[in-house]
Amino acid sequence: MPAPFILDRSSVTQVMAWVLMALLPGIWVYVWIFGPGILVTLSLATATALAAEAAMLKARGYPVKPFLTDLSAIVTAWLLALSLPSLAPWWLIVTGTLFAIVVAKHLYGGLGQNIFNPAMVGYAVLIVSFPVQMTQWAGPVALTETPLTLAQSASVIFGFDSTKATLDAVTMATPLDALRTGLLQQLTVDEIMTHSIFGHYGGLGFEWLAAAFLLGGLLLWALRIISWQVPLAFLAGIWLAAGFLHFFDAGRFGAPWFHLFAPSVMLGAFFIATDPVSGATTPRGKLIFGFGAGLLTIIIRTWGGYPDGVAFAILLMNLSVPLIDAWTQPRIYGEARKTREPPA
Amino acid sequence: MSRTLHTFKGGVHPPGHKTESNSRPVHAALLPNKLVIPMRQHMGNPAKPTVKVGDRVLKGQLIGEADGYISAAVHASSSGIVTAIDLQQVPHVSGLPDLCITIETDGRDEWIDHGALDYQAMALSDLRMKLRDMGIAGLGGAVFPSAVKLDPGAHAIPTLIINGGECEPWITCDDVLMRTHAEEIMQGVAVMRHLLGSTEIIVGIEENKPEAIAAMKTAATRLDFTVEVVAVPAIYPGGGAKQMIETLTGKQVPSGKLSTDIGIQVFNVGTAHALARAVHHGEPLISRLVTVTGHVLRPQNIVALIGTPIHALIEIAGDRDGATGVLMGGPMMGVPMPGQDVPVIKATNCLLVKSKDLFPPLPRALPCIRCTRCADACPAELQPQELFRFAKANEFGRAQEYHLFDCIECGCCSYVCPSHIPLVDFYRYAKSEIWAREKDKRASDLARERHEFRQFRLEREKKEKAEKLAAKAQAKRAEITADPTASGAPDADAKKALIAAALARAQAKKADIIPRNTDHLAPDTRHVIEEIEARRAKIRELAHQPLETDEKKP
Amino acid sequence: MLTAIGVMVILAVVIGLVLGWSAIRLKVEGNPLAEKIDAILPQTQCGQCGFPGCRPYAEAIARGEADINQCPPGGEEGMKKLAELLGVDPKPLDETHGTPKPKSVAFIDEQTCIGCTLCIQACPVDAISGAAKQMHTIIAAECTGCELCLPPCPVDCISMVPIPEDLPHWKWKHPVVMLKQSP
Repeated sequence: MPAPFILDRSSVTQVMAWVLMALLPGIWVYVWIFGPGILVTLSLATATALAAEAAMLKARGYPVKPFLTDLSAIVTAWLLALSLPSLAPWWLIVTGTLFAIVVAKHLYGGLGQNIFNPAMVGYAVLIVSFPVQMTQWAGPVALTETPLTLAQSASVIFGFDSTKATLDAVTMATPLDALRTGLLQQLTVDEIMTHSIFGHYGGLGFEWLAAAFLLGGLLLWALRIISWQVPLAFLAGIWLAAGFLHFFDAGRFGAPWFHLFAPSVMLGAFFIATDPVSGATTPRGKLIFGFGAGLLTIIIRTWGGYPDGVAFAILLMNLSVPLIDAWTQPRIYGEARKTREPPA
Repeated sequence: MSRTLHTFKGGVHPPGHKTESNSRPVHAALLPNKLVIPMRQHMGNPAKPTVKVGDRVLKGQLIGEADGYISAAVHASSSGIVTAIDLQQVPHVSGLPDLCITIETDGRDEWIDHGALDYQAMALSDLRMKLRDMGIAGLGGAVFPSAVKLDPGAHAIPTLIINGGECEPWITCDDVLMRTHAEEIMQGVAVMRHLLGSTEIIVGIEENKPEAIAAMKTAATRLDFTVEVVAVPAIYPGGGAKQMIETLTGKQVPSGKLSTDIGIQVFNVGTAHALARAVHHGEPLISRLVTVTGHVLRPQNIVALIGTPIHALIEIAGDRDGATGVLMGGPMMGVPMPGQDVPVIKATNCLLVKSKDLFPPLPRALPCIRCTRCADACPAELQPQELFRFAKANEFGRAQEYHLFDCIECGCCSYVCPSHIPLVDFYRYAKSEIWAREKDKRASDLARERHEFRQFRLEREKKEKAEKLAAKAQAKRAEITADPTASGAPDADAKKALIAAALARAQAKKADIIPRNTDHLAPDTRHVIEEIEARRAKIRELAHQPLETDEKKP
Repeated sequence: MLTAIGVMVILAVVIGLVLGWSAIRLKVEGNPLAEKIDAILPQTQCGQCGFPGCRPYAEAIARGEADINQCPPGGEEGMKKLAELLGVDPKPLDETHGTPKPKSVAFIDEQTCIGCTLCIQACPVDAISGAAKQMHTIIAAECTGCELCLPPCPVDCISMVPIPEDLPHWKWKHPVVMLKQSP
């Protein structure tokens, strides 16, 4: 094998491991605010993802060990689990994870070949197919009279507790859901915001979760595992679009800070839109990709049929990546600065 | 005087491994029993041998002359007898043989008459021709004939950059040369300045070579013109010509152009040294400094005669068990050697002996995850991940649209790739495929042209023949009509007469053809003639048979 | 009703005129498709396709009278290029027209050659030099390796020599990255 004969110490496993590490603050805050149920969801999704990955690798004739240890399946599982409602039933988690790994990842060619972010494909399939179950969010512990223990959460998730009473006692509309239903009932944003679920910016507890994801994201940026363009453009897209609408009609459109500090936005900006495989690769392309995703998120949240739009926004931008990349090829060394033509 | 330095995009920081080899004194040249000197050591046309097997040659004697403008001569590195001019294995990754001249040395190391050139008095073009005939070529790696680079042509070359970057890990030959021969390097620089008419001369040296910087600065103070010795940041590939230019001047060489287009010429310090030896001592390029390092007992720099087998150098440095191959060059851009018998050539800056510990086998490659670390590291500011995708899929046109040919094959992308993909390998493959296709295209264009011309020629010949025949028939008819004896004959008779006349002419011709020089021949000659006649008879026979090809041909 | 018919008629006339005018105005000399096909063909002029040279084969393909898989020297790759140009599915090479061989040039054994000029007449690219009763030589750089000179030679003194791989012709190979397990 010809030169070079030396390598830097980086590896796919290392990249993925850092992504998982960066999710830990978010998970910790999640447990603190919403109870330990998320740990059940994460474990179930991880186990399903690893099993599906191994089975698919075997079926496609690839060696299992090097691909399983690259940790990419676990990253997908965690991102999906963190996007799902905290008390989603087990079959929802399994279905979503299976769809993400089997269809969105392996049927598109496996690691590096998927044009859509697998976790977001799994999420989109679930929210389209099971909209009711996708609202089973446990309310913040602070607002719940009897928060669930780990065992109780597990029994809810796995359906052993069939009375539904436990579930109804703890589930609560998320701030985005509440905003949406409120607006549908012709209430103004200010009236809706008086509900206890809304905290300072993005919803009680939710804003802390968002901050934890932001922290993890900044860690990834500091390690140069993600570039600054996508998250910054994503957040800018959200802030500008929400701010624009809010400026014109504060009664009908939520404040930009509220939109920004939804956990899904921070998770999406730093962990999902930055997925290198399905994202844009050129520096300017990354800006367009992030900004477009942010813009679409607000559009879908405001006028779409679902309370949150991060997943659909990212999937739509995934779709336009080849075009964005082709049109934003950077100037190369020694190329004249003005007469640049995009490659056909 | 301090210069504002610029930074180029990309680059990596591999471990340097310089101290292994640059602390020992330079080992003097050794004289092997046999020198194998390839004719193709430089860019451009290979040299043409000017000696015969059995000739005795002296050290420094021309044995291969430059063939064309972009070429350089090749000389005997020591005195001895030419024992072979044939294909020998050369230091090339393919392991394929190439034309070499083998000299059995006589141990006397006897120089040919040589002496300093009065270069100030020579016409510049004569001086350049002289340098070409002394085999001077770039010693930094590309081995481009220096005489060509020293011809400013239509451009003014105000800036001359002497490259002492040496950014490749492990290699120290330029470092050591600058420490020990700074004066001579500056003499070479003076000749370059004379030829190019440059007004600004900058020596760029990476800051991890403080001794070399000090030596060069001292040498620069003794000159009657200004030479700026500048320490540049140590980053790979900061010693690349384009990168050195950007670091020192902030200018970028336009894509697809040469540095001379922006008034800058770059030479390696080794080339300057070789130039000084040629001009001030009349010595052609027959030796160079080679770093022998890696998995050897005493890593060091050795003066090596061109044509010395590389195992001789590795033996001096002390070969060890567990070697897993030899690289010519460094670990980033070096070329694996097909064996240890291949000779040192002008491009051999380093022999890096590999071992399992120093260079563990590269881990298994995973698919590209488009993380764009390669794009961040690429000093040519390309999108390596896209080039890889196109090269892998044999989409060469697309690869070219994404500027494949601006890739300098520095290896930064492969170095940082978390999926451990041998990216550069794919680019080399794509480039050589494209070149091969262009060659094929030229060949097929030539074939088409020749075929069309032939078609045209056949058509023309047919037409000419027909015209000639028609004219002849016309003339004959006129003749017959004019002849009163045949005037009464009807048309059919006239035709018959024509045929009879033609037959008679043919008979006469046949009689003429009988060779007149077959009398008084020796029996064996006669025998040969009979044989040929027999063959001819066979042809006639064949000609009467319907040929297979006749059926094929429409 | 009448208006509709009238509009349609007028439209038809106008469009017809435009089409007719552009057909005259934008007339392309020669056959551009055959030209493009010819550019892909290897120009060996060997006739293995059943046509007397590459150009006639290209024209036949352009007319739809010949298939794209009749050119062994062009090989798999040439066939694929033709398929791409014509927008048809690639198909395996038709073996009745021969199989691809390594690139070769003809070589005349000068000891045996009797100088009959038959090969000179057969060579489609005039790559053989020589005259009657004088030994002939192949101009290797111009030989396309078509083998057309082989059958006419009465003494079988011409052989095909594969072009050896030497340094100037050496190519980097496609790097093999083993992702899948060997089956």
